[in-house]
Amino acid sequence: MRVLPREILRAPARGVGLFGLAVAGLALVGSVVALLVYGDIFLLGNLRGAGNGLARGILAVAAVVIVVSLGLPRALTAMRRLANLTRRLSREWCGVPIPEPYLLPAIEDSEGGSWSWSVRALGQAATWRDVGWMFLAPIASPFLLLPLAAPACLGWFLSLPAAQDSKPPALLAALCAATGAALYGGPWLLRGYGMLARSLLGPTVQAELSRRVRHLTETRSESIDSSAAELRRIERDLHDGAQARLVSLGMTLGALEQVLGRDEDEARALLAEAQGSSVKALAELRDLVRGIHPPVLADRGLVDAVYALALDSPLPVEVSNRLAGRPPAPVESAVYFAVSELLANVTKHAGATRAWVEVDHGQGVLHARVGDDGHGGADPALGTGLSGIERRLAPFDGALALSSPAGGPTVMDLEVPCELLLPKTSSS
Amino acid sequence: MRVVIAEDLFLLRDGLTRLLEAHGLEVVRAVDNGPDLVASVIAYKPDVALVDVRLPPTFTDEGIKAALEARKEVPGLPVLVLSQYVEQLYARELLAGGGGGIGYLLKDRVFDGGQFVDAVCRVAGGGTAMDPEVIARLLARNEGAGSLATLSPREREVLSLMAEGRSNAAIAQRLVISERAVAKHSASIFIRLDLQPSDDDNRRVLAVLAYLGR
Repeated sequence: MRVLPREILRAPARGVGLFGLAVAGLALVGSVVALLVYGDIFLLGNLRGAGNGLARGILAVAAVVIVVSLGLPRALTAMRRLANLTRRLSREWCGVPIPEPYLLPAIEDSEGGSWSWSVRALGQAATWRDVGWMFLAPIASPFLLLPLAAPACLGWFLSLPAAQDSKPPALLAALCAATGAALYGGPWLLRGYGMLARSLLGPTVQAELSRRVRHLTETRSESIDSSAAELRRIERDLHDGAQARLVSLGMTLGALEQVLGRDEDEARALLAEAQGSSVKALAELRDLVRGIHPPVLADRGLVDAVYALALDSPLPVEVSNRLAGRPPAPVESAVYFAVSELLANVTKHAGATRAWVEVDHGQGVLHARVGDDGHGGADPALGTGLSGIERRLAPFDGALALSSPAGGPTVMDLEVPCELLLPKTSSS
Repeated sequence: MRVVIAEDLFLLRDGLTRLLEAHGLEVVRAVDNGPDLVASVIAYKPDVALVDVRLPPTFTDEGIKAALEARKEVPGLPVLVLSQYVEQLYARELLAGGGGGIGYLLKDRVFDGGQFVDAVCRVAGGGTAMDPEVIARLLARNEGAGSLATLSPREREVLSLMAEGRSNAAIAQRLVISERAVAKHSASIFIRLDLQPSDDDNRRVLAVLAYLGR
């Protein structure tokens, strides 16, 4: 890790922020515990003497239930927000990204009442790990204040009235060194804190596997659905298109047989009609094939197919390619159609005068970036195009990121983890 | 006129042979793969080679590669490439070598025997035959570009026929106007697009294609 002076200057402020967050977490968890414990003691104390032991027991349980049902969903949601804030700050400030470990969606996104949500949340390991962090953070975070505390100590020491020999140079030098180390070590302290946070706030191996299974199940059923829909579309297109044309061609030829030798003009007209039908049938088949698997993609692979897309685009599109081989065919096809859709979006919506496409591969991930010089402000929530692309990429664990500030430029970045197949040399 | 055909589907190979022979052309050899094509053009020195894009052994763009290789072996060999689909990318690659005698047509164009044989003869004579679909896409791509928008509808028609590789006489016949009118239109097109005028049909076609393909 290289430490920039900027980071050293920022570290104390960030330490204070994280310390504050830890205090807030402790206050939250502490107040819940206090409410539960002292609330019951208070109620029981007031009820002392009233009724017998059984009644007191029932009342105590009722009190716990009331306190818990009123406060628990709020407390759990607040704790989850605090934990998520810590995760975000860990990524942004400490450079340690922490993925969310929750298998249970947030309360706003889950079905059922808040009470049942709380019960389910209490059954999740991630919730208790969050609680653990709320107690650990106040112990760990004071160390983040070192970069602030050390200079403060130095300043305090220097500001002491200089009485006789009370400031031996050795002590002063040691203090200066300690201050320097604390300041310089600030970014490292932050990083260590982030890693500590990840150990509790990050997903466990089991949670990771559960999420993975869920993701695979979802994307599998989506891709089965979409390929079934695709097959239906192809069937319909063939039925209404080429098949119908061939039927009409057959009928025209039948009619031609009837008039042959009797009416030459009529025969000529029917012949022209038959030719027209076959040309149209071919054109429809061609369009259909392009939609299924474009021939140039099959012939040449992703890069030339993207280049062919660029040539067909009404905008000038610059293509730069740094692929050393070919991705597996299904990935190639998904990325091709994604780029095709993105370029079509640029043409339709961006108001751009030029666009560019970049394809490269590094560290086991295929990247394709499509950018334009348009007015930006593209909203991924609008329209179905982008979600369609995400669905297309999902079975390959691919992702699409959109950056489109108002005023432009728009850059769409899609990545798919895959290995490249080395170029074949046996073809010629 | 002597022709070599490379087409892997027997029905189409046979059909092409019959069509060409019916129009008085001589098919000296019909092969079904790329390497054989290159060998035949060296052995027979035909006036023109007809090549399908998808050929064994790769069944990808073997035909384009074979056509370019055949032209390397026999410089200036006129080649007409036939395909089920047309790609600007391939059109560019075929034209990239410069010179004439290049054709790139959809297989559908074979249906109109007369026009097709006309295109074969044009390519054999060192001319160009670009499929209307290639030209339509080139024009669509240049739609927004300034000078193309200033052309009149008739001039655009003339331009696309010119880009396909047709002579003034053929354009006049197609649009049912006089040859002088075509000459006038084409002069105006060349001025609007700021191209070097040329009396040579083929050089004119290449200039237009180069302009559209920028």
